[in-house]
Amino acid sequence: MPRPGFVLEVDRSTPPMLFWHGERFSLERLPADRSRVIYPPEPLEGLRDVEGAISHALENPIDMDPLRALLRPGMVLTICFDDVSLSLPKMRRPDSRQRVIEAVLDLAAEAGVDDVHIIAALGLHRRMHDHELRHVLGDRIVDAFGPIGALYQHDAEDHENLTVVGTTDHGEVLEINRRVAESDLVVYANVNQVAMDGGWKSLVTGVASYRCLSHHHNPESLRNTRSLMDRHHSALHHSIWRLGAVLRDQGPPVFQVETTINTDAFPSPFDFLSKREWEWTARDRATYLATSASLNRLPRRAARKIMHSIEAPYAMTGINAGFTESVHERTLADVYRQHLVEVEGQTDILTMGIPFISPYNPDSIMNPILVMCMGLGYMFNMYRNKPLVREGGVVIMTHPTYRDFNPVHHPSYIDFFDEVLTDTTDPVVMSEKWEKKYAEDEWYRHLYRTGNAYHGVHPFYAWYWGAHGQQWAGRVIIVGGDPSTVRRLGFTPASTMADAFELASDVVGRSPTISHLHVPSVLVADVT
Amino acid sequence: MIAEQLAGRRVAITGATGFVGTALVERLLRGAPDCSLVLIVRDGRRTSAARRTEREILANDAFDRLRSELANTEEDFEAMCRRRITTISGDVGRDGLGLDESGRNELRTVDTIIHSAATVSFDSPLDQAVEINLLGPSRIAATCAELGITPHLVAVSTCYVAGNRRGTAPEELVSEGPFDIGLDWRREVESARRLRGDAEADSRRPERLSEFRKRARSELGAAGAPALAAKTEQIRERWVRDQLVTAGRSRAASVGWPDAYAFTKALGEQALVESRGDVPVSIVRPSIIESAWAEPRPGWIRGFRMAEPVIISYARGLLREFPGVPEGTIDVIPVDLVVAAIVAVAAQGPEAPFITQVASGGVNPLRYRTLVDHVSSWFTANPLYDNHGQPIVVPEWRFPGRGRVQTQLSRAKAVVTRTEALLQALPLRGNRAEFSATLETRRMEIERALEYVELYGLYTECEAIYQVDNLLTLWDQLDPHDREHFCFDPRVVDWAHYVNDIHLPSIIEHARVKSTPGRTRTTDRSERLRRQVLDPRRQVAAFDLENTLIASNVVESYSWLATRRLDPRERLRYTVRTLAETPGLLRMDRRDRTDFLRHFYRRYADAPIDQIEVDVDAMLTGLILRKSFPEGLRRVREHRAAGHRTVLITGALEFNVAGLRPLFDEIVAAKMSIRPDGTLSGEMETVPPTGEARAQILAEYCDSEGLSLSECVAYADSSSDLPLFEAVGFPVAVNPETRLATIARKRGWLVENWGTARGFGKPLLPIGPVLSEGERRRSFR
Repeated sequence: MPRPGFVLEVDRSTPPMLFWHGERFSLERLPADRSRVIYPPEPLEGLRDVEGAISHALENPIDMDPLRALLRPGMVLTICFDDVSLSLPKMRRPDSRQRVIEAVLDLAAEAGVDDVHIIAALGLHRRMHDHELRHVLGDRIVDAFGPIGALYQHDAEDHENLTVVGTTDHGEVLEINRRVAESDLVVYANVNQVAMDGGWKSLVTGVASYRCLSHHHNPESLRNTRSLMDRHHSALHHSIWRLGAVLRDQGPPVFQVETTINTDAFPSPFDFLSKREWEWTARDRATYLATSASLNRLPRRAARKIMHSIEAPYAMTGINAGFTESVHERTLADVYRQHLVEVEGQTDILTMGIPFISPYNPDSIMNPILVMCMGLGYMFNMYRNKPLVREGGVVIMTHPTYRDFNPVHHPSYIDFFDEVLTDTTDPVVMSEKWEKKYAEDEWYRHLYRTGNAYHGVHPFYAWYWGAHGQQWAGRVIIVGGDPSTVRRLGFTPASTMADAFELASDVVGRSPTISHLHVPSVLVADVT
Repeated sequence: MIAEQLAGRRVAITGATGFVGTALVERLLRGAPDCSLVLIVRDGRRTSAARRTEREILANDAFDRLRSELANTEEDFEAMCRRRITTISGDVGRDGLGLDESGRNELRTVDTIIHSAATVSFDSPLDQAVEINLLGPSRIAATCAELGITPHLVAVSTCYVAGNRRGTAPEELVSEGPFDIGLDWRREVESARRLRGDAEADSRRPERLSEFRKRARSELGAAGAPALAAKTEQIRERWVRDQLVTAGRSRAASVGWPDAYAFTKALGEQALVESRGDVPVSIVRPSIIESAWAEPRPGWIRGFRMAEPVIISYARGLLREFPGVPEGTIDVIPVDLVVAAIVAVAAQGPEAPFITQVASGGVNPLRYRTLVDHVSSWFTANPLYDNHGQPIVVPEWRFPGRGRVQTQLSRAKAVVTRTEALLQALPLRGNRAEFSATLETRRMEIERALEYVELYGLYTECEAIYQVDNLLTLWDQLDPHDREHFCFDPRVVDWAHYVNDIHLPSIIEHARVKSTPGRTRTTDRSERLRRQVLDPRRQVAAFDLENTLIASNVVESYSWLATRRLDPRERLRYTVRTLAETPGLLRMDRRDRTDFLRHFYRRYADAPIDQIEVDVDAMLTGLILRKSFPEGLRRVREHRAAGHRTVLITGALEFNVAGLRPLFDEIVAAKMSIRPDGTLSGEMETVPPTGEARAQILAEYCDSEGLSLSECVAYADSSSDLPLFEAVGFPVAVNPETRLATIARKRGWLVENWGTARGFGKPLLPIGPVLSEGERRRSFR
C-alpha cells in the first residue's frame, strides 16, 4: 500500500534535502524549525491487466455508446493523440497511447472502417521526430499509416486545412484542423500526467490554430488561472471549456480516451530520487554520491544526454473513455488521488529544484525561458486553493540557467531571449509589442511547418505560463544560475542557498517560513 | 604703417591651403584691408582651385574672428572675399606654374608674391621634394621673367637650411657661409629625377614584381585577380616611394642636413638666388612653426604638425623614450609671429632684408627639458584615457641617445611582427582574429614611434642657434600700432603659458583623443554602424553562406547527404576516406575556390535528384540549423523587416540551400545540370559564384532591379570577398579571418562575431543520421 504524501517539519536532525539542479542534483540544508518539506504520495499501484482495462473502457464508455457501436463502414474516423510533451520523462515502450490506439484500430478494422487518419495533436509545439513518433505509437502504426499519408502531425499554419467550427458567447472562435472537424468520429488518446492536461484541452488546443489558441493563451487568462492544476479555478480552462462546448454542440462526436499514470518516473539507478532523504539506505547514499559526482564531472551536453535518455517505468493507474466532460472529471479524481497532498497555510518562501526537463524540451535543451516557465509556470502552479507561498513572498529555484539553446527546436526562443527579454519581462507589454511579429514571422513558420521547431509565438506562451507566479512572487531567486542570464529573466541570481535566503530577507525578513516542494515526482498541494 | 604700405597692393600667395598660408591670407584680409589677394592654388583631384579656396581656406576656423567682426557691417565676410580674393589655378611643381592664359594675366597684375608652398613632410620622396621645394621658388622667378614682371618675391624657407651644426646660424645664404661644400643644385635635380626613373624601372623587375604579388596575396588572400592586381600595383608604388624617401634621407644626411626637406629648401634658396634675374627677393626662414600665440586666436592651428604626433604619442604612453639633448633648444615659433614677419617683410618691399630668420632660440630659448617637463606635468594633471576609461600615466623620459631608443623600438617591432606572422598563419576567426588586428595596431604604433625618432630625433638634438638680427632690426623700425597688430618679436612669448595654456589644450582638441574618463565608445560605434546597416534607406542585403550564416561548408553538406543512406560499415569507410582527402581538398580550396568547387561537385554525379530533394529537407534541421548562427539568421530577417531585398550569394549547390529559401528574395548558388534520367551530371551549369564574381553578380542584380550598389549591405567572412565588400556601400565582416579582421579594422567596417547556439553540440563529423529503417531495426522490440 503506497504511503500518501505528507508535510515534514524540518528540525535539526533533518538531513539536507535533495534539489534538482538542471541535469544535476544538490543537497541543501533548510533552516530548522521554520521550514517544511512537502513530499508527494508514493506511486500508486498500476492496473494489473492494462489490455483488459483498455478494452473494458472502450466497451463501457461513460455517457456515450461503446466505441464498437460508433464505428461503421465508410465513415471518416480520426484518431488524435498527445504529442511528445507528454509524458515526462518519456514512458517506457509500449506507451499507453500506442496501446489505446492499437485497440481502437483493431475495433475500426473489425467494423470495416478504412478512412482512418492519425494526427499528432501538437498545437504549436514542434513536430515530432520520426523516432519519437515510433516511440509513442509503435512501429506497427507508423509503418502502416506513415507511408500512405494517414499518419501526420497537426499544422496550425496550414490555413487550407483549418476550419472554423463556431464561436463562443465570449466571441472566441473555434478554428481547428479541417479533417478533425469534418470527421464522423474523433477518438482522442491522451496521457493525463497532471491535472492541467486532458478534457477539452486535448482537442481544443491540440488541433487548433494560432488564432484560436490566442483566445486563452494570453497574459490576461494566465494571470487569472489559479491554478493551472485546478481547472475549475482557471481562466485558461474556462475559455477552453467554452470552446469545448462549441465543439460538443457543432463539431464531430468526440470519443475521449484518457489514461492516468502513476509517479514512478525514474528507473533503478535513480531510485533515490523518489525516496525520502532520511530513509536513504547506505546504498542510496552511495548511488547518489556516485551519480552526482559523475554528472558534475561530465560536460553539460553529456549529462543532458544521459538524463534525457531516461525512460520511466510508469504504470497506468486508470483509463476512462467516452464523453469528454464526464470522462475528464473521473480522470481528475484519478490524478488527484496520486498527486494531492494536504498542506496547512502558506509560507514566506517557496523553494524548488528545477529539473532538466519541461514539457517543451523533451530530448532538448532547457533554455532560460523554459526555466522560468517550469518554475513559475508549472511548479509554482502545483497547488489548489492558494499558492504555497504567500502573495509577495519569495520563490527560490535551483537551476544552472545557462544560456544554451537548441537551434533546431527553439529558434524563436533564441531571438526572444535576445530581443524581447532585453526589452521587457512584462507579459502584457510583450504581448502587445512583440507577439505579433514572432507569430507571423515567415522563417519561424517555415521551420515550424517543415522542420522540428516550436511555433514562433511559443516562447511567449512559455513566458505567459509563468505570468501568475511572476505577479504573485515578491522576488524570484535562482541559485547557481548564470548571473547575467538570470537577471535578464528579471530574477535575482544567488550563488548558494544561504545567499538566496540572505537576499530573500529584504523581502520577507530575517526568519521567514519556508516550504520546499519536493520533486521529483509530481504533487499538487491542497493548501488550506 | 604696414596696412598703409600694403594699401592698393596686389599680393599673390602660393601654398594658401597650408598652415602658414591660411594664417597669412587671414592676416592680410584682416590687418591690411586695402590690399587684394591672388591665390595660386592647385586643382584638386575632383575640385577646382576656386572651390578649394572656399572649402579648404575660407571655411577654416581661422576666419571665424574676421567673419564675426564683419557680420554686421555693410560688407560681410563673403562679399569682402569676393571683392578682394582672386583664385587662379597653378602648381609650383610645374614649369610656368601650370598657369593658363587668364592665370598669367592675373599674375601680371601683382606687386608682391609670397611663396609659402612646400612639401613640409619630412619624409617626402626625394624627387617630389626636389620638384616643389628646390625648384618651386626659382620657377616663380622664371615665370615672372617670362611675363616680364618684377614683383617683390617673398620666399618662405626654413631655419634648418643651416643644416646639422652647433653654434650660431646667421641670416645668410648657406652657400655664402663657412660650411658650404659647393653643391650644384642642378645636378641634384637631375639625379633626383633619374633616381625616380631607376626606382620605377627596378620596381618592374620580374623578381620584384613576384615579391609584390606574394605580399599582396598574403595580405588579401584569395581576393580574386582584379583585387590582387590593384593591391600589387599599390605595393609597387609604395615601394618606389619608400625607395625615394630613403634616397632623400640618405642624400640629405650625406651632405649635412637633417632630412630631405631642409636639404631641398637649402638648395632651393641657392637656386632662387641664381635664377632670380631682376626679381627682387626676400627670404623668410621660420624655425618649427606651432600653434598661434595670439592671432587670430591663441592656440589656432591647422593640421597635425611636427610636434603634435610626438606629444600625443607620448601622452598615450606609446613613446616611452624619446632621444634629445635635455639642455638643447627646441626652436619653436608660433605661427602668428611668422605670418606677421612675412607681412612686415612684404610690406617693406624690395628694401626688406634679404634673409630674415624667425626663430626663438637666440633671444627667448625654450629648453628641451623645460618643454618635456611642461608636457609631462600637463598630462599628469590632464591625462588621456585608454579604451577602458582608465587614465594613462605618462612615461618619464630619461633622454637616452637616439641609437638606444631605436634599438629598443626595433627589437619590439621584430617581436610583434613575428607574432603577427605566426597568427596570420593560424586559421583563426572572430574574436581571436581580432586579437591579431590589435597586434597589428601595436606594430603600427611602434613603427610610427620609430619613424618619429628617426625623423624628429635630429631636431631635438639640434644645437644650432638661429640669429634673428634682421628680424629685430625690422621690429625696431615698426611703429607702436604695427607692433600691436603685427607682433613678431619672439621675446613676447612666455613659454610656460604658451605650452600649458595655449598649445597643449589646442592640440588635444584637434587630436580627437579620449580626454574624458568612462568606457570607450567602440560598442557605440558598432551600434551606430548596425543602425546604419539596418536603416530603411538601404536597399539590398547580400549574404555569403559559409561561416557567415552557418558554420559549415560544401564538404560537410555533401558528407551529410552521402552518408545518409549508407550502412554503418560503408559510413566508416567513407569517413576514413574523406578524412584522408581533407588536406588535399583544403590545399586546392586555398589555391582557387572555383576550381575546388568544380572538382568537388563531380562527386554528386549519378545521384538521383528526387532522392537528394527528400534528403535536403531533412538536412535543414539535421545539419544546417544545427550549424547556423542564430544572430545571422535574425539579421537576415531584420533586413527583410526593414524592407530590404535579401540576397544569398553562395558557392554551395542550389538544392543544398533550398531550405533557406524563405529567408531570401534571391538565391544565387551553383547550379548543377540534371540528366534526362533524373540523375545529377556532376557538371556545373554556370561558374560557381565566388570571389570577384560575387561583386559582379550583385552589381548585375542591382542593375536589373534598379537598385543602387551604394545602398547595399554585404555580409561575408573572408578576404576573398574583398571585391564584394569594396563594391557595396556597407560592408560587414562576419567572423572575419585574420586578414579580413585587419582590413575591416583599418577601414572601419562593421565586424560581427556570430556563433552557433551555445550548449548545442556540433557533431564532430558531419555524418547524416541513420535512416528510419535502420533506426527501426536497432530499437524495435
